[in-house]
Amino acid sequence: MEEHLSVSFVRTEPLPQLPPPATEQGIVKWLRENLFSGWLNTLLTVLSLIFIYKLASDTLPWLLNGIWNTDSLAECREILDGTTGACFSVLTDRWNQLLFGFKYPSEQYWRPTLAFVLLIVAAAPVLFFDLPRKMLIFTGLYPFIAFYLIWGGTIWTPIFALLGFVVGYVVYSRLVRNSFATAFFSGIAAALVSWWLGGFLTDLLASETPALEAVQSRDMGGFMLNMILGTVCVSLSLPIGIVLALGRQSDMPIIKWICVVFIEFIRGVPLITLLFVANVVLAYFLPPGTSFDLILRVIIMITMFASAYIAEVIRGGLAALPKGQYEAADSLGLDYAQAMRLIILPQALKISIPGIVNVSVGLFKDTTLVSVISMFDLVGMIRGPILASTDWNGVYWELFLFASLLFFVVCYSISQYSQWLERRLQTDHR
Amino acid sequence: MKKSVFLGALTVAGLAAGAAAAGTMDDVKARGTLNCGVTTGLVGFAAPDSNGEWNGFDVAVCRAVAAAVLGDASAVEFVPTTGKTRFTALASGEIDMLARNTTWTFSRDVDLKFEFVGVNYYDGQGFMIPKELGVSSAKELDGATVCIQTGTTTELNLADFFRSNNISYEPVPIETNAEAQQQYLAGACDVYTTDASGLAATRATFENPGDHVLLPEIISKEPLGPLVRHGDNEWGDVVRWTLNALISAEELGVTSTNIDEMAAGTDNPEINRLLGTEGTLGEMLGLDAEWAMRAIKTNGNYGEIFAKNIGEDTPIGLARGLNAQWTDGGLLYSPPFR
Repeated sequence: MEEHLSVSFVRTEPLPQLPPPATEQGIVKWLRENLFSGWLNTLLTVLSLIFIYKLASDTLPWLLNGIWNTDSLAECREILDGTTGACFSVLTDRWNQLLFGFKYPSEQYWRPTLAFVLLIVAAAPVLFFDLPRKMLIFTGLYPFIAFYLIWGGTIWTPIFALLGFVVGYVVYSRLVRNSFATAFFSGIAAALVSWWLGGFLTDLLASETPALEAVQSRDMGGFMLNMILGTVCVSLSLPIGIVLALGRQSDMPIIKWICVVFIEFIRGVPLITLLFVANVVLAYFLPPGTSFDLILRVIIMITMFASAYIAEVIRGGLAALPKGQYEAADSLGLDYAQAMRLIILPQALKISIPGIVNVSVGLFKDTTLVSVISMFDLVGMIRGPILASTDWNGVYWELFLFASLLFFVVCYSISQYSQWLERRLQTDHR
Repeated sequence: MKKSVFLGALTVAGLAAGAAAAGTMDDVKARGTLNCGVTTGLVGFAAPDSNGEWNGFDVAVCRAVAAAVLGDASAVEFVPTTGKTRFTALASGEIDMLARNTTWTFSRDVDLKFEFVGVNYYDGQGFMIPKELGVSSAKELDGATVCIQTGTTTELNLADFFRSNNISYEPVPIETNAEAQQQYLAGACDVYTTDASGLAATRATFENPGDHVLLPEIISKEPLGPLVRHGDNEWGDVVRWTLNALISAEELGVTSTNIDEMAAGTDNPEINRLLGTEGTLGEMLGLDAEWAMRAIKTNGNYGEIFAKNIGEDTPIGLARGLNAQWTDGGLLYSPPFR
């Protein structure tokens, strides 16, 4: 036993690993490195914390102490009795008006709601191209379904509208082998003729009591109107913008001039001016008694406005492509349409995605401008009927907070989607 | 390269600009609804309620006209207009009449070619000020900052008032009434000035209305009334006399509750003429004998409409003041039904 004592101690197994010092791990390390890494940063952190605390101590009681179930502002203030608190009851009382406008029949709210749900289904195959391509059939039918759901009335209107497109396409595809231009214009003529005939037949076939009660354009309002305007105008302005951008680069002088004049004129005029023209001035030019649907007029104006901007964004994408790409397409013996469709546009559009999304988000928010021409979109509803009612005059923060929330959700989703799309389309090596 | 030029069959509508069709009444009857221009929303005067039904002091005029002409007070298509779009909407024929707290001025009547058929509310520009400032007259406002809506007659009236009293002020320009409320409450200006009815309505929405006072000075005349297009006098007569019927009904003591009784015949020949049991006034207007009765039945007489929408029992709480009958010292004076 004793001899063992003279032998110096030799450790046979390694020491267990000790945890790193408290200051070098976990939350403490993160705090030290990111928030308190020097006297300046420490100072800034403390100041920010004070700022956040101030902000939260002012808004949180207001938010959490909110009243949700009164019928008027006076009642709400009575319950609050001088304490801080929001009167969110304006939202519970008027949510339907904020979403659908004040004249859309309330027992029909399921129709725009269903149209909105279907919109997601219809947009999915366009937005996410991993989905089965057969879903695109539904996307093609969607505009007619949505029109029927939201406006109602006789089912023959959207059916004949759809038939017109089908007839036009059939004529086009029959003639396209000979000459593109002949086929294109014959297709348009055939579609026009079938719409004209369809108009007569619709009058004959329309029943007195349609399955879905007809709702006038005048009765559309609230966030629904913003969604209609935003969706329709963005989806229309994209193809028109592409055509305009290509036209501007064209060698044919007349087409080029038309595109340049259109783009420059529209970009040189404020949107609000175009909306005033749509609302007020057009009434002077149309013969008395003609009722040209106001929403349609506004859609045309906003689409024109947006497509001019999108055309410039896409022209930027086209200009960014190296000249070699164009020459490569020519050297393969592709004609103009093929070269554009297969080589130029896929690359140009990819470059343009951030710009297009930027224009779309801006356009969607610009739809609130229609409140100035006395249409009751979300902002129009707030500024007009709701704030002018005896019950709710004086409520601002709650209403505009709600409006910002709705717009933020939509715009943020668009921007997230575009980032996903950019990553997905990334083909270069970084 | 083969190019085909196609000329689209453009249906260019003839530039029949503003050809105000004569015979608005025939149009209205054929259409079956009255297109009535109202504001997009002004407390007490016109606003849709939570069921989407339009209500208010101006709206009542539209409904009375619809009841008189079409026999149905709900046969009104309300067309909301802003201060900027109201006149073009009327001139282009989009609406048949405008009942939108519009001030009757020379240039609107003569130059813009409209016809004001009467006055349904006598307004005037006033001042609102926090009580704690201790000001009791607008003439003590020297050096005050004043919140004022740009591009309105109130802006010009204000400049005139301060100049003629030889005192100075600093204007704080704002766009809408809603913005003005916030600016005023936040203390961006000492005084808020606009039409007195608007001030009263605004003050009613404050958390502590008692902390603010309206100064006694009224510095302008703002007679608000419904208007129609120039050149269709038959239609103008219908709207004018419908408004007069509401005013006369109050003077004569005809209310929505006792009207059925009175329609059976009374000792007062003017009431009988008004309600169509005597004489042929309705026929002269191109309407039936009971036109005025229907108009009054809709929302009651002028006094009832006032009390229900903007009177002292409502949150807006306006006193009759100038809008009392002439017999009570006000300015309401309907020509006789004879």
